Amino acid sequence: MEQTKPVAIELRNVSKTFGSIKANKNVNLSVYRGEILSLLGENGSGKTTLMNMLSGIYYPDTGEIYIDGKAVSIRSPKDAFDHGIGMIHQHFKLVELFSAVENVALAMDAKEKYNLKAVAAKMQEICERYGFDLDVNQKVYDMTVSQKQTLEIVKVLYRGAEFLILDEPTAVLTPQEAEKLFQVIRNMRADGKSVIIITHKLHEVLSISDRVAILRKGEYIGTVETKDATELSLTEMMVGQKVELNIDRPMPVNPEPRMVIRGLTCKNAEGVTVLDNVSFTVNSGEILGIAGISGCGQKELLEAIAGLQSVEPGGSILYYTPENKKTTELVGKSPRKIRDLGVALSFVPEDRLGMGLVGTMGMTENMMLRYYNEGSSIFTDKKKPRNLALRIKDELEVVTPGVDTPVRALSGGNVQKVLVGREIAASPTVLMTAYAVRGLDINTSYTIYRLLNEQKQAGVAVIYVGEDLDVLLEISDRILVLCAGKMNGIVDARTTTKSEVGLLMTNLNKEAQQHE
Amino acid sequence: MLSTILSWITRAILFGVVIMFGAMGETLTEKSGNMNLGTPGIMCIGGAFGFGCTYLYEMNTDNPNAFLSIAIALVCSFVVSALAGVLFCLLTTTLRANQNVTGLAMTIFGSGLAKFFGMFIIPSGVVTVKAVFANKLFTKRIPVELGSGKVATVIEEVFFGHGFMLYVAIVIAVAMSVFLKRTRAGLNLRAVGENPATADAAGINVNKYKYLATSVGAGIAGLGGAYYILDYNYGGWSTGAAGGIQALGWLAVALVIFAIWRPLNLIWGSFLFGLCYWLYNYIGVFGVRMTSAQSALLEAIPYLVTILVLIISSIHKKRENQPPAALGLAYFREER
Repeated sequence: MEQTKPVAIELRNVSKTFGSIKANKNVNLSVYRGEILSLLGENGSGKTTLMNMLSGIYYPDTGEIYIDGKAVSIRSPKDAFDHGIGMIHQHFKLVELFSAVENVALAMDAKEKYNLKAVAAKMQEICERYGFDLDVNQKVYDMTVSQKQTLEIVKVLYRGAEFLILDEPTAVLTPQEAEKLFQVIRNMRADGKSVIIITHKLHEVLSISDRVAILRKGEYIGTVETKDATELSLTEMMVGQKVELNIDRPMPVNPEPRMVIRGLTCKNAEGVTVLDNVSFTVNSGEILGIAGISGCGQKELLEAIAGLQSVEPGGSILYYTPENKKTTELVGKSPRKIRDLGVALSFVPEDRLGMGLVGTMGMTENMMLRYYNEGSSIFTDKKKPRNLALRIKDELEVVTPGVDTPVRALSGGNVQKVLVGREIAASPTVLMTAYAVRGLDINTSYTIYRLLNEQKQAGVAVIYVGEDLDVLLEISDRILVLCAGKMNGIVDARTTTKSEVGLLMTNLNKEAQQHE
Repeated sequence: MLSTILSWITRAILFGVVIMFGAMGETLTEKSGNMNLGTPGIMCIGGAFGFGCTYLYEMNTDNPNAFLSIAIALVCSFVVSALAGVLFCLLTTTLRANQNVTGLAMTIFGSGLAKFFGMFIIPSGVVTVKAVFANKLFTKRIPVELGSGKVATVIEEVFFGHGFMLYVAIVIAVAMSVFLKRTRAGLNLRAVGENPATADAAGINVNKYKYLATSVGAGIAGLGGAYYILDYNYGGWSTGAAGGIQALGWLAVALVIFAIWRPLNLIWGSFLFGLCYWLYNYIGVFGVRMTSAQSALLEAIPYLVTILVLIISSIHKKRENQPPAALGLAYFREER
């Protein structure tokens, strides 16, 4: 039936590069009028970048965009609106202090008469037509996330959008709210509008879309009719064939439990459960990979272990001291307390220059941060940290004019070397890393892999949170898969396949929890 | 007794008009997300140039024209102050300098510039020069006669016993309130101060709004300085005058917070501040005798009230009573 629908938007050979990273490579994509198209891909596969080129945030390096058969140039969000394209971003663009109607009026065409009552009436009409549930006079700060999203969609429709792009719309919604949203989207399709949904949730793709377009690492893989697709076939297209990276993986030597985690549940600041009843064991001398779509509780898991995130009652993190197997409960203790108890935790956080290092300080001072409470003199002792900084600079080949240059001025790879070097120098028994190679070039990545393996062979329990499945499959001994904050299984990295992990990541599966 | 109280009220209203202008300018500026702590300095500039130009005009003309005298004072004061606002915006919006530091520097610069400029007007050997003609125009009462009864006198003194600038100030405050609440440009301006990224995404030229609001705001604040010299200070300019304007300028900044960023609140707030400020001089009416140290403490009441308002509105956490969300923050479009 899609063949009868006219092509509305067509992307031809569109490419976009950020620095050395190719976000999109020669993507070809067609969107029909009156259809729901899912854009499916892993994190970093270039879905959002591609759509940002349609919505005027980015301009393609090469390639053309056609709307109704005519080549167009979209240079700003305003251009996009003029072509009837409206995008709802993950981070809402709303003024909190304004009411719904004021927010819509803000984006109004300047030629239109300024009349809030008329705006409200037109909004009401849109709401009734598509079945939105929205109080036009409500202030945004009083709204739930779902209501804010509704307002964003109404805002875009008010401006006369024919094509709607929704960037992971259900990421912040409860299942009931998501179902309500889908109903509205179906109503929009019935009204002849085209809707593109960026997502990585397979069951949603299957339940709502007419066709699925798949991107992988910036490349366009293909488009399939949803009715011909299954979760397995989509996962295979999404994760692709395994790529050999030849990362060393020595066998673990005498692994023994280092940390036993039981029933760990965490809530975020909004009170939403982000980590739900997770239990697993971390062994010494092995690398435990943690896989999952981003925002599935990885950050909270690591921060809970580090003592930075509060844990709901009932959760337990038992630490086994290597020498005498004495156990220490880590839940409810501050990072300082954990360290004073002799637990040698090292943490390489995702936010390197925020949580990890102080950007305006040099290497020496950043080394000092970890030992801020040592010594009793009121004057600082810079000699030891300076020597440590020099050692790290030599051993890890950090490219910097000197150890006193602010680390902010270093490249991403060198910043990461400084951070990892410092954390390893603390001779940890547990080393946690979050996205340790994100944004790094190949050489630096392999340096990090080597350092992690050295730690593993020295008997350290290494936790590696990663996003690249190929790396996770090659460096880890076991992989814990998180899905929507729940533990969806632990697999043996030596025998599992990419699509098995991919399925676990995207599909919460009851049976999978007994998989091991 | 009655006449003392009336004189207290009159003094408070005159005082209130000075800080109302300053606070209106600052409110408009802060609505755009710019926190211009240079307002006291800008008021000094406005006072010096407003006074200076009209003084030179009346000294060099045989038959000064009333309309021209007022127009010269107001236009010069507004334009030069607005230019100072443009300078502030250039430093903070375009060059992204820290707003607080820039503002404080502007205050120091402004009062210095006013003193420097004022030196050329004051002949050597004289302490104060007076713009007699302009002073007469600015203090001229609105011609309203209500008869001789006690009630009539009170109404006449309180509501009509003042120069035209009081009414100009009230009109500006009302107009500003309507502008912010009921017009598209006002909505856009508030959006810029609340969430510039959203305003930007909606196609609003954030920098244009910041520049316009800051310079017009500075201009309005500058009028307060001109009013201080030509009416409140009896038309007299001395090298110390800038210090007096600056002191009131800080009260104007406090008044913005007191009025929780609402122009209509500025009207009664400024008169209340005036009553508090002049209380030390009139407290004798209530039979209270004070030492100068004690009365100096009384002068601090407006500041204490402001702190109280700030604390209460923070505790209340009502979103409408908070400062513009992006106040004091530089905005630049995120680039990847």
